[in-house]
Amino acid sequence: MTSAFQPDFEQLHVEDLHAFYGESHILHGIDLRVNRGELVTLLGRNGAGKTTTLRAILGLTGRRTGRISLNGRDIIGWPTHRIAHLGVGYCPEERGIFASLSVEENLLLPPAVRSGGMGVEEIYAMFPNLAERRRSQGTRLSGGEQQMLAMARILRTGANLLLLDEITEGLAPVIVQKLGEVLTALKAKGYTVILVEQNFRFAAPLADRHYVIEHGRVVDEIARAALPGKMDALHTRLGV
Amino acid sequence: MDLFNIPLPAILSQLVVGLINGSFYALLSLGLAIIFGLLNIINFAHGAQYMLGAFAAWFGLQYLGINYWVALLVAPLAVGAFGMLLERTMLSRLYREDHLYGLLLTFGLALIIEGLFVQGFGVSGNPYATPEALRGPVNLGFMMLPKYRLWVIVVSVVVCIACWLVIERTKLGAYLRAGTENPRLLQAFGVNVPLMITLTYGFGVALAALAGVLAAPIFQVSPKMGSDLIIVVFAVVVIGGMGSILGSIVTGLGLGVIEGATKVVWPEASNTVIFVIMAIVLLVRPAGLFGKEK
Repeated sequence: MTSAFQPDFEQLHVEDLHAFYGESHILHGIDLRVNRGELVTLLGRNGAGKTTTLRAILGLTGRRTGRISLNGRDIIGWPTHRIAHLGVGYCPEERGIFASLSVEENLLLPPAVRSGGMGVEEIYAMFPNLAERRRSQGTRLSGGEQQMLAMARILRTGANLLLLDEITEGLAPVIVQKLGEVLTALKAKGYTVILVEQNFRFAAPLADRHYVIEHGRVVDEIARAALPGKMDALHTRLGV
Repeated sequence: MDLFNIPLPAILSQLVVGLINGSFYALLSLGLAIIFGLLNIINFAHGAQYMLGAFAAWFGLQYLGINYWVALLVAPLAVGAFGMLLERTMLSRLYREDHLYGLLLTFGLALIIEGLFVQGFGVSGNPYATPEALRGPVNLGFMMLPKYRLWVIVVSVVVCIACWLVIERTKLGAYLRAGTENPRLLQAFGVNVPLMITLTYGFGVALAALAGVLAAPIFQVSPKMGSDLIIVVFAVVVIGGMGSILGSIVTGLGLGVIEGATKVVWPEASNTVIFVIMAIVLLVRPAGLFGKEK
């Protein structure tokens, strides 16, 4: 998205972020920068702190210290719902489809946080399965359909920074491929995406940069171009 | 036609009387269910808040010249606002703690509020005049029913159905249902969940106060009126299923009727029948008739 007229705009800047759940100190000083329109992944083993990083950005963990700057505002002390209104869309690891709501109610639930969200028809065109099952109970959908719904409902709100947690986990290859197409389309539309992903083969072709997280710290940052030379080191880090 | 040698009109009239009690059970257990769903707090102050509604109506009529119809609106608003104050200043500190703390706090509040009213107004109770327009009987064919009691049944049923429709069919209700399931995620979507919790508690309390205003002309307005009723209402909530909206409405009305029927067949058992049903339901369906296992 870089051009002479629109230089890199730093959408999210996290500095020395520490986060706790009760007495457990989970993040030990995370540093990240994400520019508008970038797709960045957080890689790392289970328990490294990837999910906690996303949750800490939204204020969903316990106590936090450090600095989180979103669209130039320091949001570390803000309540969660106000952070969302700066244009953040969150897709949690467990998908978070509400059982007491129908598919359409789930889709329409999150309030608009910015103007310019996708229309319902546009979303149904992107995910035709959801249109067919709009009256079903949300949790009656298959795992893949629930993942589509979890993605679709944050696209409706106008959010332009998407925090996506393990969206391919446990899904069939054909669905993973569909999600890859969706992410490519979103990138072309200029969305900023932070993707937590175990499936490196899924993430590698999509991402502009990768952050490798270990024990609650960023231990490496790899740009797309540098990736081929770093594969061995990365495999050791991720234990794959 | 006689049943157990009891004339049919006698049975029907007891069922109607049961329905009046059921109207109060339904309104009160509905408020408890809404509060428990979102706040995860068993609101033991509900009986005291019902009593406050009745007292607000009585106080308004006695000292401020506020008539019944205005009280029907103003008393729930005032008591609901008081509830929101309790939520903001006290209950909101307990959400991270075990359910028991909320129960203990609200139970303590109920004791304090009742104690203060006993101190101020005595235990004997004060009469509240039935509003002019609702005096006199209606002929239902099998019995003469005071107009006011018919009014109580109608208001309760209408309010309960309206609440159910709002919760099940509107966007506001979708927020409430989603917040009941996963408040943190709802807040991550940008909904001001803390505000929603305060308003929901206020609404549940207002429903209790509304029941209190409705009760004022039927029962004596007395400090103990809530604690007498609330034990039965908790049994209703357990039978219907904690937190189930439809369950609280249906079992509230239904158990009132069953209580009435028991009065005809075996009067001695009418005070205990609800607890017997509760014991059986807990054995067969521990989550309640309409509850979901968590």
